[in-house]
Amino acid sequence: MSPPPATSVSARFTRTPLVVRKERQQAAVRLVLLAMAVLMVLPLLAIISHLLVQAWPALSWEFLVDVPRRGMTEGGIWPALVGTVYLVVISLAVSAPIGVLAAIYLNEYARDNWFTRAINLAVISLAGVPSIVHALFGLGAFVYAARFGYSILAASLTLAIMTLPVIIASTREALAAVPAAFREACWNVGATRWQTIRSIVLPNSISGILTGVILQVSRAAGETAPILFTGAVFFKAVQRGDLFPYRLTDQCMALSMHLYTVSTQVPNVREAIPWATAVVLLGAVLAVNAAAIALRVWLRNRKRW
Amino acid sequence: MAPTSSTGAAVPPRPTRSRRAVWGERGIELLIYASGVSAIVFILAILFFIFREAAPVLFSDRFSLTQFLFSTEWYPTSVSNVRYGTLALSAGTLAVTVLAMVLAVPFGVGGAVFLSQFCGPRLRETLKIIIELLAAIPSVVWGFIGLTVMSRLIVTYTGTPVGVNVLNGGIILALMSVPIIVSIGEDALKAVPDSYVEAALALGVTRWQLVFRVLLPAARHGLLAAVLLGVGRAIGETMAVLMATGHAVQIPHGILDSVRTLTANIAAELGEAPAGSEHYQVLFLTGVLLFAITMLVNLAADLIIRGARARK
Repeated sequence: MSPPPATSVSARFTRTPLVVRKERQQAAVRLVLLAMAVLMVLPLLAIISHLLVQAWPALSWEFLVDVPRRGMTEGGIWPALVGTVYLVVISLAVSAPIGVLAAIYLNEYARDNWFTRAINLAVISLAGVPSIVHALFGLGAFVYAARFGYSILAASLTLAIMTLPVIIASTREALAAVPAAFREACWNVGATRWQTIRSIVLPNSISGILTGVILQVSRAAGETAPILFTGAVFFKAVQRGDLFPYRLTDQCMALSMHLYTVSTQVPNVREAIPWATAVVLLGAVLAVNAAAIALRVWLRNRKRW
Repeated sequence: MAPTSSTGAAVPPRPTRSRRAVWGERGIELLIYASGVSAIVFILAILFFIFREAAPVLFSDRFSLTQFLFSTEWYPTSVSNVRYGTLALSAGTLAVTVLAMVLAVPFGVGGAVFLSQFCGPRLRETLKIIIELLAAIPSVVWGFIGLTVMSRLIVTYTGTPVGVNVLNGGIILALMSVPIIVSIGEDALKAVPDSYVEAALALGVTRWQLVFRVLLPAARHGLLAAVLLGVGRAIGETMAVLMATGHAVQIPHGILDSVRTLTANIAAELGEAPAGSEHYQVLFLTGVLLFAITMLVNLAADLIIRGARARK
């Protein structure tokens, strides 16, 4: 029994109708999926370019540093810009330390028992709480029960609790990426648990932790619902270019709130102003995110273990 | 310095740390412990405080829970006959969420499959970054886009007089939940054991057969969890639906009807409800309802993910 000529076998093997059909199917599926992927990417580009085109007439340095004028129908966004910075800084000053310490507890101290599982469950639930429910909580707890009133403090604390679970999760991931051998080496020379964390674990994960915190900067800056009833107001008189116009117990304006206000609540706004506000907010958020992503990529490239 | 212990016969004096260092460390570990517990404290606090504000109306004689859940009549400021029925609001939430998922699930799962199986590492990294940026767009910006761009497109192409409706909110919510579905879905596909893939490839399957016959069935729990997380986000979303779905409290009869969702209703009316009034308490009760719904959805997603992991 002599084998059939090799060429005919390979020809028969590769070009049967079944194979042809499989190849066609494969190509078609690839095309469909590529189209889907492109359709997911297109919105981002379309949105950004459309926003930019519409906002162009109003975008200028003046728009950033000027205060709203004529019942918010003209002028700039300075008070909102500063208000957002206040809210972000204070909320993260609260949530970042608590979140990082909580992640350290979960990753470095906690044993695998029911209590740890309960904490994990709480973190997941906290991450899933709708933003408007955070607003209700902030109103009930900080504004009324703690008697902070409608204030930057109440709004920031509400935002802090909203950002906390995500900071815990991202920090935990960064801590878990530090190899266990590093810790063991440190324990073996006699260091205590905290000394190990401070001198080995944290320095090796600080960039990852920072990335997670930075991502929450943009989230805190963009959220509207939690500050709607806890401390953000439609309008607040502020000096043009004033760097520290608010006190902790004041209400403040915020960019996200300002966009909601000028696009739905104020009649006869100059056409380009809501668009320009949206561009500033979106630009700030995307810039912060891009920075975090760049940090992550850079970190991944120089990682040695 | 670090303490060392030795077990010789002649024990040298044990090196000691200063009292300050020891107590400082204890203090820090106490802080770490307290922070670790904080998540539990906060979730209970949220439940406690929204329930506390809602409780008076829940236990008052004039209020009926059946009416609250199953009546479509929402007239919170009526002078003669105040009624608090949230069924129309729930129907609004349901309509918008279902439409969003109908649009987002094929794209999300398709995107996850494309990312994990059909593209090179370079394209994958680029697409993942873009999807991450898409997820970062604030909801108020999405709402603004719905209010301006999307509503104009809808009026132009469907001829309906009002562009803020279920369709608008559904599209916006779909765009907001696609990134979550893609990223969690991709993780689920990545978690399928390599041996499955290798066995299939050894049988000579094409990529598509691999995806359809092996990966999707093996990763179905993870994909379901991804969809549930997308649902959770869509139900809880506030500003985007507030601005993009119109303000009609009604049960929608088609996707071109305006609706109002549970979340948007709180955002729209809380500012006008005097603190401590019945209206205010009912809005908090709506918050309790929302909290319960999203909690169930998210916990279900978590259970499914954990269950899928435990099986491996």
